[in-house]
This record gives sequence, structure tokens and C-alpha cells, in this order.
Amino acid sequence: MDDLTLSERLRQRGVSRRGFMKFCAATASMMALPPMMIPKIAAALEQARRPSVIWLSFQECTGCTESLTRSHAPSIEGLIFDHISLDYHHTLQAAAGDAAEHAREEAMKAHWGEYLLVVDGSIPLGENGNFSAIAGISNLEMLKEVAEGAAAIISVGTCAAYGGLPMANPNPTGAASVEQIITDKPIVNVPGCPPIPTVITGVLAHFLTFGRLPELDHLRRPKVFFGQNIHDRCYRRPFYERGQFAETFDDEGARKGWCLFKLGCKGPTTHNACATARWNQGTSWPVESGHGCIGCSEPGFWDAGGFYRPLSLPHTDVGETILTAGAAGIAIGAAAAVLNRKTKSDAVSNREVITIKDLEKES
Amino acid sequence: MGANELLSWARGPGFDIALIIFVGGMLLRLLEILALGKKPDLSPPRGSGPKGGVETILTRMLPRKSIFDKEPLRIINGYVLHIGFFTVLFLYGPHIVLFESFLGFGWPALPSGMIDAASAITIVSLGVALALRLNNKVVRFLSTKDDYIAWAITLLPVLTGYMAYNHLVASYTMMLALHLLSVELLMVLAPFTKLTHMFSFAMARWYQGYQAGRRGVES
Repeated sequence: MDDLTLSERLRQRGVSRRGFMKFCAATASMMALPPMMIPKIAAALEQARRPSVIWLSFQECTGCTESLTRSHAPSIEGLIFDHISLDYHHTLQAAAGDAAEHAREEAMKAHWGEYLLVVDGSIPLGENGNFSAIAGISNLEMLKEVAEGAAAIISVGTCAAYGGLPMANPNPTGAASVEQIITDKPIVNVPGCPPIPTVITGVLAHFLTFGRLPELDHLRRPKVFFGQNIHDRCYRRPFYERGQFAETFDDEGARKGWCLFKLGCKGPTTHNACATARWNQGTSWPVESGHGCIGCSEPGFWDAGGFYRPLSLPHTDVGETILTAGAAGIAIGAAAAVLNRKTKSDAVSNREVITIKDLEKES
Repeated sequence: MGANELLSWARGPGFDIALIIFVGGMLLRLLEILALGKKPDLSPPRGSGPKGGVETILTRMLPRKSIFDKEPLRIINGYVLHIGFFTVLFLYGPHIVLFESFLGFGWPALPSGMIDAASAITIVSLGVALALRLNNKVVRFLSTKDDYIAWAITLLPVLTGYMAYNHLVASYTMMLALHLLSVELLMVLAPFTKLTHMFSFAMARWYQGYQAGRRGVES
């Protein structure tokens, strides 16, 4: 079964040629590739053998796995996901204990230099990496070991990509992202808390088709999915332009679907595909369901000043700062005034009186 | 430092520092001026001082014909610059959110397209202001470093805001961070440059008007 190509496997599952071509067309358009690439994608995917994938979960909540494996099942995307040979994933695999670790070691040995490494969760560096271990091996040690033989690494979720929640202030475990530790491998970040399922299948399809990773932005995110900010693609944008904002979650504006900027929406500074790809098979997405974007695909989003604080407000309360500064200003101002008066009165009392006699003397 | 970190700093410690210097510095400067005091005027008043003060604060908002006729462009540009700047500052939705946070009340925002136009007009008007300054030999001679600094720190927030909104040069996040930093620069320097006039104009006009009003003459 392992030697079947993708097209054989899909046919076995009852997916028609038409359905497969539709998937290829959708993948091409999602990744903003020209239509002439569709046959190429189809040909490449049809011939693709199962690539070995090792999935390492570190300091994470399993939300990424939930998102990627459950939300679209069963779908053609799901089958594509089936199609990869997921040789190690400690949440999904049947094996446990030593058998599980053997599976990982065997996969590494058999596909050295060719397998894909998927990581979710951050890696603790504090206390020599002892905050988190699997089978007695610290996360740090396991990541380094598996990364060495990987063709490429996909950091799934904001924790693996940028540190995420574990790295949030005060970062008790000294959490770090994959790219902070591994510097000599091609890495693609698929951030999000969790990321959109179609984005990971898109990245995998791209890798299978072209044998390389898609074009990335400066934060190593695939440009096709993270090239635009939520705000620019938001269907509520016209309300922002008109200055119509919901003030609370249940006021008139909220019911009318007005812009959520005042309720803390981070859409303007967040790059992700939610507004276009949407969630749950295209059913909806956070802003559509009435909650502002929390910016989960951006580095440091947990410490970006509060989910419900509007983007144009500073992190701390302005009123208190004004009062403190005002008091200080008045105190220093009063001191300066006293000093100025003293200078003035000193000048008056020290003034030398020059008489005509003095002037005559000099000449 | 990435755009996100820069934005976080600008919204966090950066803004706090700038606000403390702005409020503290402005009060310090104004108090210093007030504390200079003036000698008691023992002559009997020939008119009302306070009436003259209030009148002058208001009438100085309007151009004087004699001055307007000499340099209409400079006077008109002054209005365009100030009205444009106030429109952008006080009528843009995200800005109102900030004022609302410490005033406790807000007001309706203008559509962002109009704000966009107002900032473009303000930027052009600042360009005209600089050209007028450089083209007049006397004004150029009288200009100091302070004048050019005041000009630059007024331009930067409008320019970066315009660029952020229109996605020019850098990403929105980066331009927003730069926009906030430029506003913070303005806040830090305002009390110590001629931009103090944003508050002291009323004091100066009151003083002039009061003196004139008390003597029963036109200020």
C-alpha cells in the first residue's frame, strides 16, 4: 500500500478524476499560481510517492493537530493529508513507548536527508531544556537530532514558529521557536493559534509538486497565505472606512455587523488567510462571528497589549500617566519658578550702579 | 527589532515616556511663564481687561486685512495647515478612540477617505510653508534650527500616517510603529520648541488683549 501513487490511492477511495482535477485547480488558485500550472500540479501529485513525515510535538496544546486533522475530515484535503506517511506523531500514532520511538528512529534511518519534519509547540531552553521531555529525551535534543536528517522543516502553529504562548512574558521555561535553534535547514512557518488546515495542505501540496518550499515573507510565512493583512481583506472594512464601529459586543453597531476596531480587532497588523480561506470548510471566521481578530499569526501576539484593547490605544492607562506627569510637571515648574525669581532678585540686588563719574574715569 | 516588537514598544514604554515628558514638560513651561508675573498696574482702568483678553483670543483667529493683502498665500496656507492637521488628528476614528480613553466621551468620526485627503492636503501645505520660509530672504534669515525641527516633527506624524494607511514603502505594521514613534517624538519635543504655542497661544493672546482692554484701546 505504501507504494501506491496519489492518483491510485484517490481512485481506491472513490475520488473521481474530475474531483481530483478540481482539487488541483483549487490548490493552484489558492496558491495564486497561473492556470497552466494545474496540469503540472496534477501530474506531480499523481506521481508523488508518500513522503515520510515526522511530526514532533513539544510545548503545545494539541490545538494545531486538532485543527489539521479534524476540521476538514473527510475531504480531499484530508486524503492528501492521509497520503503523506506520517511515521511519527505521538498524538495520532497507535504505537506507544519504546515502539513509538523506534518508529521515529527507523523512519529517520530509512529516509535520511529526505523526510519532512513538522514541529508544533515551542522548545524550552531553561534548566538545560529539562522542562519538557519525551521518552527521556529533552525537546531540544530531539529537535536537533531529527532536524539533522530533514529535507525541510515546517513549523506549524505560532508556538513552533515564533514561541507563542509558552514564550509570553515572563517566559518561565525559556521557550524558543524552531528557527531560533535550527539555522541550517529550510524552514517554513505556518503560524496561527491554530493555523488554517488548508494552509498546511497547501504547503504540503506545493512541496510535493515542486520539490521545494513556497515563496516566503520576512517572517518565513508562505506569501500566498500570509501576504495580506486581515484588515485589507475583511468584509467589514467598508464600515471602518465610514467610521462606523461597534462599541460593545451587543450594541446596535455589533448587530449591524460594523467594524470591530474599537473592540480590539488586530486585523490591521495581522497577516493570515482567515478572511479569504475562512474556517470549518469555509463556514465562517472570527470576525464574521462577531469577535475581533486577536492577531494569532504574528510573533509576540500574547504580549501585544491585550486582545480587547484597540490598536490605537497605548498598553497602559493614559489617564493615570497624565495625572502622574501633571503632578511632576507642576512640581518642577514651581521649583523652576522659584529659581527664576531668585535669579531675578539676585540680579536686582547685585546690580552695580554706574555713575557718570565712573564713565569719565574710564575714558 | 521586528515590526511587531517596535509597535509593542511604541504602544507601551515609548508612549508612556513621551506622554510623561509632554504633559510634565508643557506644564513646566507654562508655569514658568505664568510665574514671571507682572508688576501691579496702579492706573485706573479705562476699559475691561478680561473682555479685551477673551476678544483677542477669538479675533486673532481671523486674518487682518492689512496683513492678508501683503501675503495672502502665507495666511491661507496657515489656515489650510492648521485645519488639515486638526481634521486628521481629531476626526479620524482610531484617534478618537485614544481621546475617548481619557476624556470619557467620544464624537463621530469622518470617513477615512476624507481623512486621507485631509492628510494629503496637510502634507502639501507643510511643503508650501517650507517653500515660503526659504523663498523670503528676511524670514529665512530669521529662521533658526528650532523652526526647521518644529516643521519636521509636525510633518512626520502626518506623513507616516498617510503612508501607513496607503501601504507605502513598508508594511502597515512597520509604518504604524513609525507613525506612533513620530508622534512620540513630537510629544517629547513640543514643550521645548515653538510648538508650545499649541497651548501658550491662548495665554499670549489673553495677556495682549487684557493689557489693551484695560487701557481701552484695540489690541
